[in-house]
Amino acid sequence: MFEGMVFQDFVFYTFAAILLFAGLRVITARNPVHAALFLVLAFFTAAGIWLLLEAEFLAIVLVLVYVGAVMVLFLFVVMMLDINLDRLREGFWDYLPMAGFIGVLMAAEMVMILGSKNFGVDRVGAPPPKPADYSNTAELGRVLYSDYLLTFELAAVVLLVAIVAAIALTLRDRKDSKFINPADQVKVKRADRVRMVSMPSFKEPPADDAANNTKDQA
Amino acid sequence: MMDFFAQLFGSYWPEVSLTAWTLIKIVAIVAPLMGAIAYLTLAERKVIGFMQVRIGPNRVGYFGLLQPIADGLKLFTKEIIIPSASNKFLFLLGPVLAIAPAFAAWAVVPFDLNMVLADIDAALLYILAMTSVGVYGVIIAGWASNSKYAFLGSLRSAAQIVSYEIAMGFALVGVLMAAGSLNLGKIVMAQQGGFWQWYWLPLLPLFLVYFISAVAETNRAPFDVAEGESEIVAGFHVEYSGMAFAVFFLAEYANIILVCMLAALMFLGGWLSPVPFLPDSFLWLLAKVAFLIFFFLWFRATFPRYRYDQIMRLGWKVFIPITLVWIIVIGAMMQTPWAHLFH
Repeated sequence: MFEGMVFQDFVFYTFAAILLFAGLRVITARNPVHAALFLVLAFFTAAGIWLLLEAEFLAIVLVLVYVGAVMVLFLFVVMMLDINLDRLREGFWDYLPMAGFIGVLMAAEMVMILGSKNFGVDRVGAPPPKPADYSNTAELGRVLYSDYLLTFELAAVVLLVAIVAAIALTLRDRKDSKFINPADQVKVKRADRVRMVSMPSFKEPPADDAANNTKDQA
Repeated sequence: MMDFFAQLFGSYWPEVSLTAWTLIKIVAIVAPLMGAIAYLTLAERKVIGFMQVRIGPNRVGYFGLLQPIADGLKLFTKEIIIPSASNKFLFLLGPVLAIAPAFAAWAVVPFDLNMVLADIDAALLYILAMTSVGVYGVIIAGWASNSKYAFLGSLRSAAQIVSYEIAMGFALVGVLMAAGSLNLGKIVMAQQGGFWQWYWLPLLPLFLVYFISAVAETNRAPFDVAEGESEIVAGFHVEYSGMAFAVFFLAEYANIILVCMLAALMFLGGWLSPVPFLPDSFLWLLAKVAFLIFFFLWFRATFPRYRYDQIMRLGWKVFIPITLVWIIVIGAMMQTPWAHLFH
């Protein structure tokens, strides 16, 4: 059926085509929500290509972190914006030369580094296929917590600082906020809200009232 | 018969037979799952009925046993109304994106020793990734409907699922620390030795956090603000009808069974027998899953819906700290003479 074409090649080219198409649509889609969804598709296909490379941990984490969390929040924001597409495209031709220059520069840099001169199959060579019981995840964990422990911890501290900074930026006391402390609500006892009133369940009608009523009817 | 096929496909036979076998296995998982989903809807109505001193559906078939089939037929024959102001492609993509991950996650779920479709080492990560993708169905449905109620529902759902995913993920970190593996089969086998060896006991806080987060992840009562009938009609699926609506329902129930299955595998010893004199069997797993699913129905009949800020507070300020503290406790205990308690 696929003469001279291994199934993996077929899968790779399919994924690569989808990835390129999705990447292109991210920047050309008119609707920002569509662009974000194409970015999701791009991440997903990239994860598929990584799976072909037997990098299952990276592939799954790409889906877990970028598709499952980052892009969800991204979509969350983009969906709520009322974006005027015409205003967004106003300066397109003004910016084009600068953007084109930067794009060509980046492409040239990537070709210089990743070109076949440095990264060709004859230079690096295909890694030998790993046995079926080889656990990518366990190996990665072992290396991260031994050889690269300091760098890893440093990255963690940088992330922590970023978290603290992000929270500090958004944490402000608004005077018009209707915030209620849930702890106070939880602590509420029945006596704070309800007052028990003891009342007789039946009230005797006054005798003279009853006499008046009968007189009126008569 | 096999020889005939082998000759027919010639040198491609290994690939073809592997594909055919895999497809048969997928059908063997998905078909009973669909049946379970159908009868879970009936079980839910019956259980909640009895809890509210009603009878529940009892008209179609004996004890209402054909009710799910009647419901399915009704939904099949109804028109799928596509709102004219909606984004049609995304509107129809929403239910697909809701149900696909709900089924895809079952690929790595083991049902018995070596009875699993894909025995991969990173099974737990894969399941986390798949369940986190499921939120797109809800988000896209809400946005593509072009309706305020649907949009509000999907925003609520997105924030809620992303929040509880973190607590859920940390609970799973505790499990993989105890078992020393991400493979679900190995996690079950690490719990051998009867009822008191299962992870529910050493990881009790994580078990509770996982289970409650699972309720929130599946958008079930009391965390069902994404649907919230009293304030936003039906939330993200308010514009859906017929089979498109039913697919959301299928996805929700498939997810319920999935998270209960995972809880049974990771905390209740999977297919392991609770007592030494009875053999390990798939039936134990079924019983444990049914027991956990019953809680989902029970919750729905018992608890009033959470307020939105309370949900966020519970997730971020209660569950995540609990899981973090317990992960440190496990790590510390593993360095002490009592490490065997945490395996």
